[in-house]
Amino acid sequence: MKFTLKVWRQAGPADKGHFETYDAENVSDEMSFLEVLDVVNEDLIRDGKEPIQFDHDCREGICGSCGLMINGQAHGPQRGTATCQLHMRKFQDGETIVVEPWRAAAFPVVRDLVVNRSAFDRIVEAGGYISVNTGSAVEANMLPVPKAVSDAAMDAAACIGCGACVAACPNGAAQLFTAAKIQHLNLLPQGQAERWSRTENMVETMEEYFGSCTMHRECEAACPKVISIDFISYMNRDYVKAKTVNRNLTGQGLSQ
Amino acid sequence: MTPVTLDSHIPDGPIAEKWESHRFNMRLVNPANKRRFEVIVVGTGLAGASAAATMAELGYRVKVFTFHDSPRRAHSIAAQGGINAAKNYQNDGDSHFRLFYDTVKGGDFRSREANVYRLAQVSVDIIDQCVAQGVPFAREYGGMLENRSFGGVQVSRTFYARGQTGQQLLLGAYQALMRQVSLGNVELHPRTEMLDLVTVDGRATGVVVRDLITGEITSHSGHAVVLATGGYGNVYYLSTNAKKSNATAAWRAHKKGALFANACYTQIHPTCIPASDEFQSKLTLMSESLRNDGRIWVPKDPEDTRPADQIPEDDRDYYLERQYPSFGNLVPRDVASRAAKRQVDTGRGVGPKKNGVYLDFAEAIARLGHDVIEERYGNLFEMYERITGEDPYRMPMRIYPATHYTMGGLWVDYNLMSNVPGLFVLGEANFSDHGANRLGASALMQGLADGYFILPYTIGDYLAGLLGQPAVPTSHEAFVEAQRGVEDQVRQFLSIGGNRSPDDFHRELGKIVWDKIGMERDRAGLEQALRDIPALKQEFYRDLRVLGTGDTVNDSLEKAARVADFFELAELMARDALHREESCGGHFRVEHQYEDGEAKRDDENFSYVGAWEWTGPDTPQVLHKEELEFEHVHLATRSYR
Repeated sequence: MKFTLKVWRQAGPADKGHFETYDAENVSDEMSFLEVLDVVNEDLIRDGKEPIQFDHDCREGICGSCGLMINGQAHGPQRGTATCQLHMRKFQDGETIVVEPWRAAAFPVVRDLVVNRSAFDRIVEAGGYISVNTGSAVEANMLPVPKAVSDAAMDAAACIGCGACVAACPNGAAQLFTAAKIQHLNLLPQGQAERWSRTENMVETMEEYFGSCTMHRECEAACPKVISIDFISYMNRDYVKAKTVNRNLTGQGLSQ
Repeated sequence: MTPVTLDSHIPDGPIAEKWESHRFNMRLVNPANKRRFEVIVVGTGLAGASAAATMAELGYRVKVFTFHDSPRRAHSIAAQGGINAAKNYQNDGDSHFRLFYDTVKGGDFRSREANVYRLAQVSVDIIDQCVAQGVPFAREYGGMLENRSFGGVQVSRTFYARGQTGQQLLLGAYQALMRQVSLGNVELHPRTEMLDLVTVDGRATGVVVRDLITGEITSHSGHAVVLATGGYGNVYYLSTNAKKSNATAAWRAHKKGALFANACYTQIHPTCIPASDEFQSKLTLMSESLRNDGRIWVPKDPEDTRPADQIPEDDRDYYLERQYPSFGNLVPRDVASRAAKRQVDTGRGVGPKKNGVYLDFAEAIARLGHDVIEERYGNLFEMYERITGEDPYRMPMRIYPATHYTMGGLWVDYNLMSNVPGLFVLGEANFSDHGANRLGASALMQGLADGYFILPYTIGDYLAGLLGQPAVPTSHEAFVEAQRGVEDQVRQFLSIGGNRSPDDFHRELGKIVWDKIGMERDRAGLEQALRDIPALKQEFYRDLRVLGTGDTVNDSLEKAARVADFFELAELMARDALHREESCGGHFRVEHQYEDGEAKRDDENFSYVGAWEWTGPDTPQVLHKEELEFEHVHLATRSYR
């Protein structure tokens, strides 16, 4: 197979950036999309041109490092698939493919296709955990967790933090990422003690960095782990409730 | 350099009481004094993140470095199958002693008894801690934790979260770490790579790092340095490791005096997707847990070209079940890998390149139903289909062994401290617990044991001795010199101006290592490797091409430094493999096997840890031996028949 790649090149955050066109020849349909970029990069280095910088690591769809807008779609055309797991058999021979970095105000471009997603870490720092110091845990089976609850928590916890949800969203919102972490923890009995403070703090930190959700559902369609936007609804419910509960917990509420 | 002494510091007393009494005997640092100590942690996988979080909870000031953009991306995240713990929830006869015994036996009697026993003891605490953090382990309908079994054992002690156990455990540790970041107890440096260890008067006092965005090279000092930087499987180029996993931090520590032990013990995982073309950038593992329900076979006739589902039972050879009736498809990884290699080598391989064997779920699907199999392995089946374009619910998977884990690593004592005082090494980066072969679901256990429950105690004993001493300032000559060395190396890579990319060299190196120091080794091949590797290394320093500059994101520059270290490490692997005239676990010397092809150990002459001391770039490392003593496990030929 052969392809024409139009790839976004940007020397640094301050650079304006532009598209460059490259030919990718002798591509096998067994190759992954990132392997095509590897081959293009080897060609560029041979020609004395700087290779395309892109984030990647595990190449098995779990570390969340990679993420490209491929023909305008976050992670490309295959549902439930991260860029590294996308294989060339999903494309038409001879196709022109446009490759861009994540486009979102909260994810500034670092170089070429590399973006800064540290805003996600800030959201987790705001409460995406259960506060339990090492050593203070009780015997694990003391606390039965209904299978359905555990499964639902796992559905949410499957998020790999790649940022496709934000990149796909017309508002650049991070509701799916945030809701997935909040609901993973809020669903579990272990997560109840901090449920309301967690929800309020994480949602409000999210809003410092990201746009607002208007339920386009693009996030769910782009998510490589197909995380349901139901979790956003649960998060919104918990957020509304948190506003009253948190006041009550601190003794400032109207109803005791 | 101070002369090397190898003292494992194993506490006295009965094996079951060693850790307990050691914890009592170690010195403590009182809470007010803990904040006077600064500890550097490099790496944020299971071991690094759990250690950093726990030390910060205790009150130490912690600085954390990772080359990833977020700590959550460390390669522990890719572990699929599960984590072992001797909870005996299944009432099937598990115990501390059985987990200990299985691990020592699985490691082919080349690990330290006291370390492994402690690992088995703390395994149960790990599960408690992780559940409390909200790790969504698989549950029974009654709400209790579920277990499955793994290779090399006959009990069900593996806890799991679908096929994403590593991810969920790492997120637990990452979240605990981020909580400490938000509390101001941890200073986090993402996209920052350690490029040298700094020692003053023989003690580890800090690190030199490079900011991967700006290229800035800086020094950081601490009272102790903790390396949790993973294994060196990528020396093979093609492996199941993440692309950026590398040995650089550990290797630079080795060059600063830390001994590197058992470099030849590498693990080839039996169930990976076979390579499909020459552009392949990495190999993908299919969890060993699949061997619980999948049956491995090849056609009896090498010429058989029928699709798998049209080959009748009588024409199939379920060779593991035939050769190892008591463990069947659940033999340990090294045994399963070599058995697959033999099938492919004798022409019975399957698939377009005849480079795999079948892993068949037809019987399990008929017995348990499609839904149960989907529940257990759904995400693995999807991953397989995405990569190969084949549906494993209808067609058997094709699998073949690939490099997966390295048991060797920096030498550490019972306290996880290397021979360099103040340098602690955790997780896959150390050599300690798995002997010559690691059992499935034990890497996660070891990483978290080291980080949550062992280092936080043992580091206190070291730091207590430094009370009142400030950390060595980064203006010290040792820091200045180390930093200059790193800057020089960056300049060197950028200025060679040759023709070949770092990846090009890495691929060629990987092929040598796979062919000569892979699943089977022999004297002639190893000697050849010891000629080929230095020759290629010379070529590397003559013909390397790294474009661009050092003051921005430059992937080639990062790779160049890692490949440079892989050359030296590969040489050590060959030297270690050559000197170890026996077969054990992942180290299989063709000259040392029984008539049936099983590994032939030599306990009389090789029952020791081979720890190598760096003596300079132009002289081979010097071997130091730590004799292994077995008081509780009877040394026997491993049999899984």
